[in-house]
Amino acid sequence: MSQFAINILFVGASFALYIGIAIWAKAGSTKDFYVAGGGVHPITNGMAIGADWMSAASFISMAGLIAAGGYANSTFLMGWTGGYVLLALLLAPYLRKFGKFTVPEFIGDRFYSRTARMVAVVCLIVASLTYVIGQMAGAGVAFSRFLEVDATTGLLIAAVVVFFYSVLGGMKGITYTQVAQYIVLIVAYTIPAVFISLELTGNPLPPLGLFSDHSASGEPLLAKLNEVVTALGFNAYTAMVDNQLNMVLFTLSLMIGTAGLPHVIMRFFTVPKVADARWSAGWALVFIGLLYLTAPAVASMARLNLMTTIYPDMAGQVENYDAAASNAIAYGDRPDWIRTWEETGLISFEDKNNDGNIQFYNDSADFADRGWQGNELTVNNDILVLANPEIANLPSWVIGLIAAGGLAAALSTAAGLLLAISSAISHDLIKGAINPNITERGELKAARISMSIAIVVATYLGANPPGFAAQVVALAFGIAAASLFPALMMGIFSKRVNNKGAIAGMLSGLTFTLVYIFVYKGWFFIPGTNNLADTPENWVLGISPLSIGAVGAIINFAVAYLVSKSSEEPPLEIQELVESVRYPKGAGGAVNH
Amino acid sequence: MADEKTNAEAYWKANVRLITGCLIVWALVSYGCAILLRPLLSGIPVGGTDLGFWFAQQGSILTFIGLIFFYAWKMNQLDKKFGLEE
Repeated sequence: MSQFAINILFVGASFALYIGIAIWAKAGSTKDFYVAGGGVHPITNGMAIGADWMSAASFISMAGLIAAGGYANSTFLMGWTGGYVLLALLLAPYLRKFGKFTVPEFIGDRFYSRTARMVAVVCLIVASLTYVIGQMAGAGVAFSRFLEVDATTGLLIAAVVVFFYSVLGGMKGITYTQVAQYIVLIVAYTIPAVFISLELTGNPLPPLGLFSDHSASGEPLLAKLNEVVTALGFNAYTAMVDNQLNMVLFTLSLMIGTAGLPHVIMRFFTVPKVADARWSAGWALVFIGLLYLTAPAVASMARLNLMTTIYPDMAGQVENYDAAASNAIAYGDRPDWIRTWEETGLISFEDKNNDGNIQFYNDSADFADRGWQGNELTVNNDILVLANPEIANLPSWVIGLIAAGGLAAALSTAAGLLLAISSAISHDLIKGAINPNITERGELKAARISMSIAIVVATYLGANPPGFAAQVVALAFGIAAASLFPALMMGIFSKRVNNKGAIAGMLSGLTFTLVYIFVYKGWFFIPGTNNLADTPENWVLGISPLSIGAVGAIINFAVAYLVSKSSEEPPLEIQELVESVRYPKGAGGAVNH
Repeated sequence: MADEKTNAEAYWKANVRLITGCLIVWALVSYGCAILLRPLLSGIPVGGTDLGFWFAQQGSILTFIGLIFFYAWKMNQLDKKFGLEE
């Protein structure tokens, strides 16, 4: 069977499964639609959170980022997992006790202000929509590569599939579909990793293989990798970073942003009890951890495989790296996977010194003595996970599996985000502000219509990405960190913070973060409108725009506290509401009101 | 009524103390061992590199998982002890 037929088979079978589940679990009430009837077991919920959370960024991009950056990019590993500690300890159980459907609803009730609720709606929609664009674009790329269609067709297929199971099923359909998607994506991620770990280190468990000896050279894998990459002018893989403040703040921004992203928080409304919300967070992190512990192993092993493919003499024990570096493979002898990826434009080659061989090294290093006149191979980080099975010569069904896994990751996250957007529109905007007397059927209809519109908008923007993918993700995390997380946390842990404080805090945290990002990245991301070049010398105290969300959150906390201190206490019934949220007793189901 | 109130306050205090302890560990493994204290821990070798690198790529994630389960387990005990469980 051809590779194309195998891909079709794997992707087709997994999609049939998702849509089948969605039809079986069709939502009948708003409660089913928003919170899956409030009756999901913590382990099931943990798995669904895992699929919800692990997006195209985790599945496709993260290992590539770590492979390229080594130790410095450990920030993603810690940031995207550490946020769950904040969720489990500071938010999830209390928001479950509060027992409503959406994040803006809590903010509106706790700060007894429709303005606060609307500010939260805007933050939620901007954060979720920017995030969903990336998912749709990622799904489009994966489809076009594996189903051999053009990117726009791939994107349209993705949109139709998401439409089916999220619009029909709501949270109930999404929860069970996501459980299936989690299984598909984790199997797809770990199988190639196990093969590669066995091949390179003889250890079948990738996380242990990472710290084992490299079979071909007898040295520890990471020591070997350090030697290979430094011989080619790159930074050592395990090298310490100079700017530790920025690394700390970037990790903190990712953690706070994770805890503040509404599509993840919403998940905790679906469990029956407060205690289950705590267990859910733990199980979610176990399921997420399986992938996050495998990713750094995939990263280092794929990097080593890539290097030794180009420089075969570096594979075993090496006496003289200079000599090994002089023997790169000829462009004519390149393996098939390089040829396939060249067609997508994600790998490109230019023979700068006209010797017919591939020189792949750090362009800013000077190797004129080796006769090199510049790096000749450009490899996009994003292909690493998708090309991994091909680089390691794994059988073609593994490639089909990776295709299905990457799509599962992108589509499950897209569905969760779309649900968060549609509930904010139908529940907070329409029922909460425009038409409070809407019937349950009307609200369900509004939720489905707004979700359909969100899919159309996301598909359009995914087909015409504004060309700032990485910045957009930073923006989503920055907004969630600087606006939503502090408001939620203060709403639970302080009885003193009042409506004025919360609104002032959210607006100042948000404005500060946006302005700092726009100054370096361009106003509203329009190229050329930035006031300062986005280079480390220009950053205030060396803090990059990607790390500024953490500072925005601190400003939010400080402003909310000071404004509340200098104005009146919240009314008594609000203080009682805070009290009741703190104690699990008498939670009951998520109430529709 | 007054008893119920003091009971609830004691529960909340115990909870906040537990959260504080957990968050200290959370910050220590990620911002401490993995980043700021890494140079101090560089003498401890782990599989071809140092302990700080291990914390950055594995140790912190494993600790996070342990922390959440520890907290959930402890809170279940507190819920029962103060008679506030569902």
